This record gives sequence, C-alpha cells and structure tokens, in this order.
Amino acid sequence: MKLLVAVKRVVDYNVKVRVKSDKTGVETAGVKMSMNPFDEIAVEEAIRLKEKGIATEIVAVSIGVTQAQETIRTALAMGADRGVLVETDVAVEPLAVAKLLKAVAEKEGAELVILGKQAIDDDMNATGQMLAALLGWPQGTFASKVEIAAGKATVTREVDGGLETLELNLPAVITADLRLNEPRYASLPNIMKARKKPIDILKPADLNVDVTPRLTIISVAEPPGRKAGIKVADVATLVDKLRNEAKVI
Amino acid sequence: MTSLVILDFDATGIKQPARSAVAAAAKLGGEVHALISGANVGDIPAAAAKIPGLTKILVADDAALTHELAETTAALIVALAPGYSHIFQAASAAGKNAIPRAAALLDVQVLSDISDVIDADTFVRPIYAGNALATVKSSDSKKLLTVRASSFDPVPAEGGSATIETITVSGIEQKSKYLGSELSKSERPELTAAKIIVSGGRGMQNGENFTKLIDPVADKLGAAVGASRAAVDAGYVPNDYQVGQTGKIVAPQLYIAIGISGAIQHLAGMKDSKVIVAINKDEDAPIFQVADYGLVGDLFTILPELEKAL
Ligand SMILES: Cc1cc2nc3c(=O)[nH]c(=O)nc-3n(C[C@H](O)[C@H](O)[C@H](O)COP(=O)(O)OP(=O)(O)OC[C@H]3O[C@@H](n4cnc5c(N)ncnc54)[C@H](O)[C@@H]3O)c2cc1C
Ligand SMILES: Nc1ncnc2c1ncn2[C@@H]1O[C@H](COP(=O)(O)O)[C@@H](O)[C@H]1O
Repeated sequence: MKLLVAVKRVVDYNVKVRVKSDKTGVETAGVKMSMNPFDEIAVEEAIRLKEKGIATEIVAVSIGVTQAQETIRTALAMGADRGVLVETDVAVEPLAVAKLLKAVAEKEGAELVILGKQAIDDDMNATGQMLAALLGWPQGTFASKVEIAAGKATVTREVDGGLETLELNLPAVITADLRLNEPRYASLPNIMKARKKPIDILKPADLNVDVTPRLTIISVAEPPGRKAGIKVADVATLVDKLRNEAKVI
Repeated sequence: MTSLVILDFDATGIKQPARSAVAAAAKLGGEVHALISGANVGDIPAAAAKIPGLTKILVADDAALTHELAETTAALIVALAPGYSHIFQAASAAGKNAIPRAAALLDVQVLSDISDVIDADTFVRPIYAGNALATVKSSDSKKLLTVRASSFDPVPAEGGSATIETITVSGIEQKSKYLGSELSKSERPELTAAKIIVSGGRGMQNGENFTKLIDPVADKLGAAVGASRAAVDAGYVPNDYQVGQTGKIVAPQLYIAIGISGAIQHLAGMKDSKVIVAINKDEDAPIFQVADYGLVGDLFTILPELEKAL
C-alpha cells in the first residue's frame, strides 16, 4: 500500500512570533523554520506502518516555497522514500492544499494519506478533513492510535469527552494528534542517505489546481496584552484577594 | 441572509459552546436557524426551540446520524446549504471534524475558530497559538465557520420560541463505522463551560497527586479540572483535560495553574481567563507573566493549605 504524508514548513514552535508593525502578518524573516510538529508525528506513523510491512512506499508531500524542500528532506531522513514539492509562493489555504494533495494522491495511487491535525501557524485544523471530502474518502481525525488490517483502518480519536474509536474503509485520510507516537530523530547516516532520495518538483498548474486564496488578510494584530499582576506572600493573602478584590470565589 | 447553527448536544442537553455559536451567528443580524442532527434526539429539539434568537429548529433524527460521524453530518450540511448564507458550529471536536469537510464539498474555504464577527464577510481568528489575531475577509459566496466558544458569551438557554421542523435524510453512504468510546466520567462541570478551573502540570508528578491535592480544591470551588500537555502525555489525567493551543480553549472567571510553567501553547488555551492564579516553585516561570496573583512555593505544601483556607 502506497502512503502519502503531508509535511508543512512552519515557524518553529519555540519561536515567539512577532506581529509586523505594518500589520500585514507576522515576522518570518530570519526566523527558524521547521516541520510542523504534528507532521513529524504523521511521518513517524507512516514509517511505523512501513516497518510493520503494511505500507510499501512513503511519499512525503509539501506545498510551498522552494525551501520547503528542507522539510521534505527531514521527512526523508526520518524514513520516507520519496518527496514531492508542489512549489508556489502563494500563501496556500487548506482548500487549495487539499486540492493539490488530492491530485498527488490520485497520481500516486495512494491508499492512505496521513496529515497533521493542525498547522501551528494558521491553526486551521482543516486540511485533512477537506482532503477526505474531495477524495470522497472517510476520515479519522485527531488520531491517537491507528491500526490497519484487512482493508480497514481502526482509528482511536481524541474527542471532547475522551476517546472514540472508528473503523474506516480504506482508502482513507488520517490526521495525527499529539499522542499518536513520539517521532524519531533522524540519525546522521540517514540524513546522508536522504540527500540521495528523489524529490519531484511540480507547479500547481501541472496539477490543474487554482490556488488563488479565498481569504484576504485585512490586518494581523497583536492580541490585547496581559500584564503580570502581583505576587502574594501566602495562601491566606491569596484567598483574601480572590474573595475581596477579584471577587471570583 | 439566514444562518444555520449546528448545535452540539449530548444526553444531558444542549452544550454551552453551542449557545456561543448561536451568539456568533446572531451578531450578523440576520435570521438564525439551528440543526439538531442525531439518532433518538428526544426532547433536545424542544430545548433548542427555547434558545432566544432562533426562529426555526431543523430536526434530522435518523440512525445514520448517530455518533456525529463527519461523513454523514457533512453530507447533511451540504444538503441544507442552499438555504443559508452562513453555517456555524462551535469549534468542538465534532465541529472541527465536520465543518471543514462540508466546506470542501461546497468549494468553500472554511473559517476555523473565529473569535469575532465584523460583518457578513469579515471575521477575526487567532493564529500562531493566539499570538496574533488575523482579520480576514472571505470572497466565498457562502461561509462555513467554527466558533471559538470562549470568545462569545453564550445566549441564554431559555426565553425563545422557535418552530420545529422535521427533515428527512436519504442516501447517506456509510464509509466509517463507530466502534465505541472511552469517555472520562466526571461529576464536575465541563472545562469549556466551567466558571472556575484548577489545572495541574508536570509539577504534579503523578495522577495520584491530582486526586489527592487538586480534586479537593476543585471540590471546594465547584471547579473543573484541567491539565497541561505534559501532565496528559505522562498519563496523570485523560486527554480531554488538556488546555492549550491544541487542547481546550477556555476563559473562565478564575483559572488556577499549578505546577505549570506557562509555555505559549498552554497560554494559548487560557490567557483570556478573567483572573489567573499561578502556583509554582520557580519564581521566573513564564506563567507569572500572565498571572494576576502569583504564589511562589512548593505545591505540595500550598495545595493542602489552600484546601483548608477555602
Ligand atoms: C505542537 C505542540 C502543541 C502543544 N500543545 C499544547 C497544549 O495544547 N497544551 C499544553 O499545555 N501544552 C502544549 N504543548 C506543550 C508545551 O510546549 C509544554 O511542553 C507544556 O505545556 C509543558 O507542560 P508543564 O508546564 O506542565 O511542564 P513543565 O514545562 O515541565 O513545567 C512544570 C512546572 O512545574 C513547576 N514545579 C515542579 N515541581 C513543583 C512543585 N513541587 N511545586 C510548584 N511548582 C513545581 C516547575 O517549576 C515548572 O514550571 C504543545 C507543544 C507542541 C510542540
Ligand atoms: N502547505 C502545506 N504543505 C503540506 N502539508 C500541509 C500544508 N498545509 C497543511 N498541510 C497539512 O495539513 C495539516 C493541517 O493543516 P491546517 O489545516 O492548515 O491546520 C498539516 O499538519 C499538514 O499535514
């Protein structure tokens, strides 16, 4: 079974992002970029499926600027077999990404696509669901456990009240939540090997997809700040403040 | 301009975040209808009809709609979409699952987790773990949105009188099957509806300490119990306790963070709380930068004292 994983290049999760003074976006110049943390989990899951003999080939797909190749290289160093970059300078939205991923999935004949549940830059939490819709496949979102057998995926999902388990007919789309696995670090020999693994580069037009954004950013602003309050000396003072000053208990 | 709100509910009734979604829809100023979709919905539609601001409740009661499967809910939304300019649902697990799927079927870019409504095309949504607020204008002719419940005061549960209309569902193909769930049982208020939340982090050291030290404080305050990702990952408490960028987004009257350092991903889920208390032995922990009241010290001595003082 051929498997696709979607990997997005995002501002590293440790970076404290700053809003640009002209309010057009956040500062990305000179900022550390990394693979979206949820996508590392998706790649790890794909590799485990290959190690179990369930997946035969793993194709890591990214949509974005030329430098997104680095993100694909990271996936290759972890253990993916090949890469596909759909190169564009447009700030692509989940709907466009889903259309491009659909085209790649069909071209590759993939039977399972694993994505992260959420990109930590746009916080959309939408691409996997949109891709599943466009392909007409079932979806197992926010997965914390995945088992594949006999043409079906059994997916345990993190939902509001706890956990829920679904059985999906393959082909299917799965999105990875934090507790699905702990992604491995790429070893040095694997990083070297990854340099020789192929990355195909396509343009959205090659896949006949219009990536024109549907959303226009009017402004990006800093959220109202919160000031540090006071330190209290002891429990008695704390309880007194909560009762008589803040009046919340 | 008529909006449809998909209402989240369970056996105990309509969820509070659903009433926040109604508040978001009401802000547009047009007529607002609501959808109850499920199997054996009982008196939920009657409860929905009492929500002020709603004029019509659509009821889809069918075995195919049980367990809020995204495939079936999205198909239903698509069938109803021609009648509506805006379709809302709370950014609940169910909303985040079904609304983007329906949006793609309608060739619409979904607007996830909106925190404000500016006009019929323009909305505010937090990005980068809430470190920036983007105001975005949609050029799609129809909008599908999920609503950050903590950003909209819920409309009341009573006072309205909507009409109830039953709709029939047909030809929904089942591609996934519900096998079961493991829901955490708790007598406490739900995190997303609680007025007070007591949260523990890695500093709690284990699950027993949650039971021994946090539960009694939460009991005294009638509070919900939350946690950081570190506490959930370590297995101290179930996954649904997680507060943060990728967990629950909460804004209670009082949030007490205990043994939580205050990583941006955690702050993303609680920094809109009215009053924040931090208890941490490290006086430089970032959580103190957002706390109204900070208490530096060992939680193992502070929590029993706090329980007694309440
Ligand atoms: C993609 C991604 C998504 C994430 N999403 C979330 C999310 O939704 N929610 C979330 O919470 N995190 C999230 N995280 C994780 C986040 O970055 C932090 O790792 C996590 O919040 C840390 O949890 P913590 O504060 O409990 O642990 P730590 O950072 O280890 O802090 C423990 C604190 O306890 C204090 N302490 C220890 N012992 C005592 C004692 N005896 N008395 C008093 N204080 C004590 C310490 O001083 C310290 O400040 C995410 C991370 C990533 C990469
Ligand atoms: N530009 C992109 N390139 C590759 N994968 C993407 C891209 N955008 C989104 N994804 C995938 O979709 C997931 C969810 O993203 P989002 O819907 O934007 O929160 C991410 O974790 C990725 O797996």
